[in-house]
Amino acid sequence: MSIEVCNVTKTFGSYTALRDVSLKVDDGELVTLLGPSGSGKTTLLRIIAGLEIADDDGRGKVYFQGENVAKRAVGERQVGFVFQHYALFRHMSVIENIAFGLRVRPRKQRPSDKVIRERVMELLKLIQLEAFGNRFPSQLSGGQRQRVALARALAIEPRVLLLDEPFGALDAKVRQGLRTWLRRLHDELNMTTILVTHDQEEALEVADRVVVMNQAKIEQAASPAEVFHNPASEFVMDFLGNVNVFRGRIEGGQALLDGMTVAVPDTKGHATGPANVYVRPHELEIERTRASDASLKAHVARINPAGSSAKIALTCSDGAEVQVDLPYERFRQLNLQTGELVYVTARRARVFVPEYQI
Amino acid sequence: MSSMKKTKARDPVWLQVLLISTAISFVTLFLLMPLAVVFFEALRGGIGAYLKGFQDRAAWQAIRLTLIATGISLPLNLVFGVAAAWAIAKFEFKGKSVLLTLIDLPFAVSPIISGLIYVLMFGLQGWLGPWLKEHDLQVIFATPGIVLATIFVTFPFVARELIPLMQEQGSDEEQAAISLGANGWQTFWRVTVPNIKWALLYGVILCNARAMGEFGAVSVVSGHIRGKTNTLPLHIEILYNEYNVIAAFAMASLLALLGLVTIVLKSFLEWKLKQESLESLI
Repeated sequence: MSIEVCNVTKTFGSYTALRDVSLKVDDGELVTLLGPSGSGKTTLLRIIAGLEIADDDGRGKVYFQGENVAKRAVGERQVGFVFQHYALFRHMSVIENIAFGLRVRPRKQRPSDKVIRERVMELLKLIQLEAFGNRFPSQLSGGQRQRVALARALAIEPRVLLLDEPFGALDAKVRQGLRTWLRRLHDELNMTTILVTHDQEEALEVADRVVVMNQAKIEQAASPAEVFHNPASEFVMDFLGNVNVFRGRIEGGQALLDGMTVAVPDTKGHATGPANVYVRPHELEIERTRASDASLKAHVARINPAGSSAKIALTCSDGAEVQVDLPYERFRQLNLQTGELVYVTARRARVFVPEYQI
Repeated sequence: MSSMKKTKARDPVWLQVLLISTAISFVTLFLLMPLAVVFFEALRGGIGAYLKGFQDRAAWQAIRLTLIATGISLPLNLVFGVAAAWAIAKFEFKGKSVLLTLIDLPFAVSPIISGLIYVLMFGLQGWLGPWLKEHDLQVIFATPGIVLATIFVTFPFVARELIPLMQEQGSDEEQAAISLGANGWQTFWRVTVPNIKWALLYGVILCNARAMGEFGAVSVVSGHIRGKTNTLPLHIEILYNEYNVIAAFAMASLLALLGLVTIVLKSFLEWKLKQESLESLI
């Protein structure tokens, strides 16, 4: 089922959580809403679910497969919502939790007890908790509780699955495992899924498309590769992964930094002037000798070799710190020592020019 | 070994003994002894004299009136308590703190005043006095007044137990239930009530004990008409003033027994509540 959100604004008193936000989600897509706290991602999810209603300014609309559901209560939207802290019914067993959505249906639509039991068993098998049916939420681990919450949401055969930071309260290894499991589940069920997270690794790994949000607006909605390698704004570039920011000047399609020059063909048509130049740590190269005039002089401050790439922190002549990620082999080759003087060049850089000039 | 004990952060033994024995003597002197005296005095003349106190018709009227007042105020305050706790815990609205203060009002006010307000409202010289007289209705010096006064003094018990609990539990489970398609009633009965049942029972026990034992407020509105507008506590007072000591203590032993049962139930429920809160921390 496709979802479309059009021009939705949501304020809580004097605080604006969403400002004229529009988003389209295709049928069967897995989309993550990524952003820092306060960016509006949870509010957007809850408005899609119907747990919040957008401001009534005559413009905000929410469409499920073309149908405007903005005025419908959450119970009527047939959404499966998984809460951040699971919200399992603490006085019901796992089986009763999962069966809840089916048991509260009006008599005419309620399946027989036998059918409900079968469905619950099916779901228990899906979440790999067949032996835990009679346990209570307090007897389960965090990861198990989250899987039960998911099964409970799936029991009502929702048209869309909405997850609010589902793995936030779990430790790293469990989170990893569940992430992979969720993606596989999504591929199997092919249900439209929207997931809210502040964990960028999660968002990039799991999603078909990532929607980066900041301060009540959507900064960029694109594939993980696109969002990482071609960020649409400074915020997106800064938020995803690590980035070095240089204050330099752009002139004739080139960025001039303190000793280092990088080609930035996108800015060819722009006027000369100061600009912030963004370079990712893995797009920088270190040499012992000055390869050309276009390199930055810096001293090695700290080396962190533990990882698939070695992370080197360098200090420039003006005191600014630069992060360089070198493939481990290259790092071994160079055999860098702390305090050494080296030369840094950039293979690629991004400059974000403001759309308007004051 | 002994040097290890000294370095531990622990109160010296003499201090522990002093505090514990002080607490025990307090409890014995002010609680256990009076309670024991009630039963001792009641049974002083033997079982026969004890049971004679229960043969008085006025005594049974008093017991009946106590049960009626309690029987009406308990369910009303239960419903009110749940409604108020729900509104305060799950909704945001202006005047929330005012409501919270008002709920605590009966605790702050002297029981005499609690009774007096009804006399001022419904008494012959009160606001609604003339209207009531016109319609041949009587509130003060009759059962309705007693019921009203009992409701007032037992007002806060259920609400005060539920409010912090429901605030702590939040509304996540209710939201989950609604997102799964449950309507308001289903959510309330299947999700909310099971989560608050022990605290609810606790509030009800306290409410009950106070309702049955209330003296001050009921005394003001009752009129002390023997056999008609006396509750059990008032009847005990009358018996004692007539020097009918054994009968007075016999009746009092009923209230004392109620007190003991209340304490036992209360302890059990406190233990239950503690268990639940420990589980929810996992």
